[in-house]
Order: sequence, then structure tokens, then C-alpha cells
Amino acid sequence: MVSRLVDDRSRAAIAASIERRRVDTRGLLFKVVLQSCLLVTLALLAVLLVTVALDSTDQLGTRLWDFLQGTLRSRSSDESLGIHQGMYGSLWIAVIVAVLAFPIGIGAAVYLEEYAPRNRLTAFIEVNIRNLAGVPSVVYGLLGLALLLNGQIFGLDRLTGGSSALSGGITLAILVLPIVIITSGEAFRAVPMELREGAYGVGATRWEMIRTQVLPYAAPGILTGTLLSMARAVGEAAPLILVGAVTGRLGENPGLFDIGALDDRFTALPIVITSWTVQSGRDDGFTAAAAAAIVVLLVFVLMMNSAAILLRNRFEKKRG
Amino acid sequence: MSMTDEAPRVIDRMAATAGEASPEQAMPAPAAERDVVFQSRDVNVYYGSFRAVRDVTFTVPKNEIMALIGPSGCGKSTVLRCYNRMNDLIKDARVTGAITYRGTDLYDERVDPVEVRRRIGMVFQKPNPFPKSIFDNVAYGPRVAGRKKDLDDIVENSLRKAALWDEVSDRLKDSALGLSGGQQQRLCIARAIAVGPDVLLMDEPCSALDPIATARIEDLMQEIKQDYTIMIVTHNMQQAARVSDTTAFFTADVRSENDTRTGILVEVDTTQKIFSNPSDERTENYVTGRFG
Repeated sequence: MVSRLVDDRSRAAIAASIERRRVDTRGLLFKVVLQSCLLVTLALLAVLLVTVALDSTDQLGTRLWDFLQGTLRSRSSDESLGIHQGMYGSLWIAVIVAVLAFPIGIGAAVYLEEYAPRNRLTAFIEVNIRNLAGVPSVVYGLLGLALLLNGQIFGLDRLTGGSSALSGGITLAILVLPIVIITSGEAFRAVPMELREGAYGVGATRWEMIRTQVLPYAAPGILTGTLLSMARAVGEAAPLILVGAVTGRLGENPGLFDIGALDDRFTALPIVITSWTVQSGRDDGFTAAAAAAIVVLLVFVLMMNSAAILLRNRFEKKRG
Repeated sequence: MSMTDEAPRVIDRMAATAGEASPEQAMPAPAAERDVVFQSRDVNVYYGSFRAVRDVTFTVPKNEIMALIGPSGCGKSTVLRCYNRMNDLIKDARVTGAITYRGTDLYDERVDPVEVRRRIGMVFQKPNPFPKSIFDNVAYGPRVAGRKKDLDDIVENSLRKAALWDEVSDRLKDSALGLSGGQQQRLCIARAIAVGPDVLLMDEPCSALDPIATARIEDLMQEIKQDYTIMIVTHNMQQAARVSDTTAFFTADVRSENDTRTGILVEVDTTQKIFSNPSDERTENYVTGRFG
């Protein structure tokens, strides 16, 4: 039954005014533009992955195990051609970055966020850390060269053995340090004030509050940031060139977990990829080898990112 | 950085340690005759150069519930947070004047704020359980105090006192975040009690709760007041009237020329007197609903 206040005519008018009248062309257009942005990105990525995967089949499809076990060679047809040395370098660079950059970066972030007074000096320091995160990686390579190879400071070259996986790892650890500090700092800032107050309210000291509330709550965020920065370190080539990564004439293959070779001459996956791509001009077979090395590097990075996601989900479940 | 490092403070230590009110600030008779837990005198709280609270002086008697009421922005919570040095955590916050706890100046430089907070517990506006198990929440305080033995007993007793034991005894290992809002707030009370405090400060503990959960917290306050002295900040005048023995009414002194609000204490008296026959007109306007 229709109320007397709304007669049939005005009801029709109201219905007409709220009914959909026309197609929203602008809205549709906007949506299509956004979709095509996404499509372009996905298409580029797909082309990259597909070409690399297709190119790599010559090596990975026919002699996967030999390729993973092999060494740097001057001819692509050499049956002992492979990337074992590159994997060794990249694996240990990742480990050194984790061991050096994570504790130092997280520690610095804890100090900056939780202890340091908020004043002009700390604001200045923070801005500069952010700037450092944007400094081109080749500049860090120069730092590594001066610090770890030329022995201009502290004679560190004797410790690292000059051009070595250790030097490369330390250089890349310095490279990602600002990123680790920034992402950890952001994770600390996201810890709710209520949790901090709750801990202080029952008589926790600052250290206890940080250990029992801030660090566990921030763990997923720290983890994501640090592992992503590790993935970045593993993909860097320029700084490694400056600290003397080589593209041949390496000695015996060290075992993957043989830390005795850390201060020997070294190479890493991005270097191998670059070198083989350059050589593919004179020796076409290196195209397949480079593509195969790219696939190995991508799998390596993918594994790291998956580990980051798995660990983050576990920590997040823990914090509820 | 603790406030004692940097903040210049003016403390009238003679008056602070004397522990008795001066004639012009005489407290209502019943309070003055009992044991006094807190005595504040001319307390001012500054955030930077902004004065948030001006010249607050009153005493808190033992084993009573004192309510701090007043309109929003009148500094009730700020005042409450002076009593367990919680304002230390706010950068630029500065407290002048004197607050004594059982005769000792809380802001004396020899006083450790961590120890203060173990004796003077706090329950916050929003229930803030830690993202841990129910057991670990209650055991948190004793653990940071270095206690390792008898945690089971402490947790059970605290949960019983907070009237939560029957609801959670079979799921102590479950996450505290799975509890309802009212249960979470009682858990926070249990967590505060577990440290063995002398005083409980409650900062609008029921503002996020429904009426049933609120009633349970109010009943709980009545039950535990024989063991504790309680100060509660509340927006809810009925709540103050129901639960408290004494009431302090605050209001905001608004300076229109620079748009600042400074909290001032209008009057302190027995709750019955504040709500039936207050001495100040502003109190009367507020409790009768004509203002605020």
C-alpha cells in the first residue's frame, strides 16, 4: 500500500531520478586505461620470461646437472661450461649480506626509532640514510674498492684477500644497509602505542618493552624488507665489477659450502650473465648459456622471496 | 629519555613531604582522616610550552575509588598519567609541582619510573592485550619483574580477582586477541593486578565496552577496592556516581585569544556531595547536564 504522502506521480518522478540512465563512458574509459597499464606490465614480463626460458632450453633442457656443476669457459660448446662458480659467489654474498647488514641495520633502526632523541641531528641522519638508499650501486663499488681492496683504510684488504666473495659480500652489505634501516624503522613505527603503554604500565623497562613487544610485532615487516633487500643485493653486478669479480681463470670449483674459498678470486651470477651476454657476439652459444644463468638467478631470488613470504605469514599469525 | 634528565622542575619538597594539606586547600573531612595514598600539590603539566593542566591539588585516600570527571579536553587523563609517570613517555611533556605517593615524591630524581609502575598499575581506555596467550598476558608483569616461580598461581589468582577465571580457565594458552572486548579489558585488569600493585589507575576503562561488560567492570571495581586504591577517569557521570567514593571535577579553561584549553580542577568532594550539592556552579551545571 502506498502512503498518502507519496502519490503515484511523484513516485514515478523519484524512480526516474534514481534509475540508471546512461552508460558512464568516462568511468569505463578510466577503468580500461588502468587495465591496459597492468596488461603492458604483465606483457613485458611475460615476453622476458618466455624468451629467457626458451633460450635457456639448450643448456637447462639437455645438460642441467652439468651446467650447474660446470665452470666458466671461453667456448660455449665446452662440455664443462657451467655456473657453479657464479652460484658459489652469489650464495655466499647473500649469506654475508644477511650476517652483516641485518643485525647492524636492525640495530641502527632500533636505536634511531626507540632511543635516539627527536632533534635536528637525528632528522638530518634520517634524511641522509634515505638518500644513501638512492645512491647508485656503482658508487658503493668504489667504496668497496677503496676500503676492502686497496687497503686505504685499516688494511682491510689483508682480511678479505682483496678481490674475493668476502669483499663482494661486504660491499653489497653496505649497499643494502640503508634499505634495511629504513624498512625496519618503518616496521617499528607501526607498532601500536597501546602495546608499548601496556608493557610500560606493568613495569617493563624500555629494553624489555622493545624485546617483548616491539621486535615481535615488527618482525614480519623487518623480515619482508630485509629479504627483499637481500634479493636486490644478489642481483647487483656493477659494484662487484669494481671489487674485482672475474669472468674466467678461476681455480678449482669450491664446494658450495666450502668457506675456505671465500677469500679467493670470485665471480657471481649477475657477472656471469653479463660476461656471457657480451661474449654471445662472437660465440652464439653463449646466448643460451646466459639465458640459463638468468633462470638460475631468478629461481634463486624467487626462493628467497617465497621464504620471506612464508616467514612473514608465520610471524603475522603469531601476532594475531 | 626520562624526563628527569632534561626537565627543569619546580618542586616544593617541604610541602610535598609534609603529607598534609595546607589550610586553604583543606580536603573534605573524611578523606583527611584516612590514610592518604597520593597527595598532589600545584601540579602543572606542559607539552612543550603549552600548559595542559594548571595548579591541580588534591589527595587520594586509601582503599577508595576516586573518579576524575569533566568535559573532553579538560586534562583528566593527563592528570591520571602523572601518577604512574606515564607522561614520561611523551616527548616534551613536563610535570611541575609535587605528587607524593605515600609520602615519597614520585618525581624525585632517585625514583625509578619502572618501580613506580609496578606499584601503580594502569588500565587503558582501549583494551590492549598483548598478541600473546591469555596466560602470557597475565604473567607478563611478573616475568619482567624477574619472577619465575608460582606463575601458575599468580595467573590464576589474578584472573579470579578480575572475574575472568571461569571464562578462560580451559583456554589459557589461546590468544588473548580472541576474547571479547569486555573480556579483554578484564584481562588487562588481571594483567595489572598480577604485578601486585597498590593502586590501579583506570583511564576510561569502559568507554569501548557495551553496558553489560561495563557493569561487570564496575562490579569488579567494587570487589577489589578493599585491596587497592583506584583512580578512574570517566566520561560517564552515571558511572562516576555509581562506583566512586570521591569525585574530582575538572573543566577546561578556554582562552579564546590564542585558542588554548588548559585543564583546571574545579572541586573535589565526596561523590554524593558532588552529585547532589556541589559547591561550585560549574560543577552543578556539568552534573545536571546543562554543560559539557
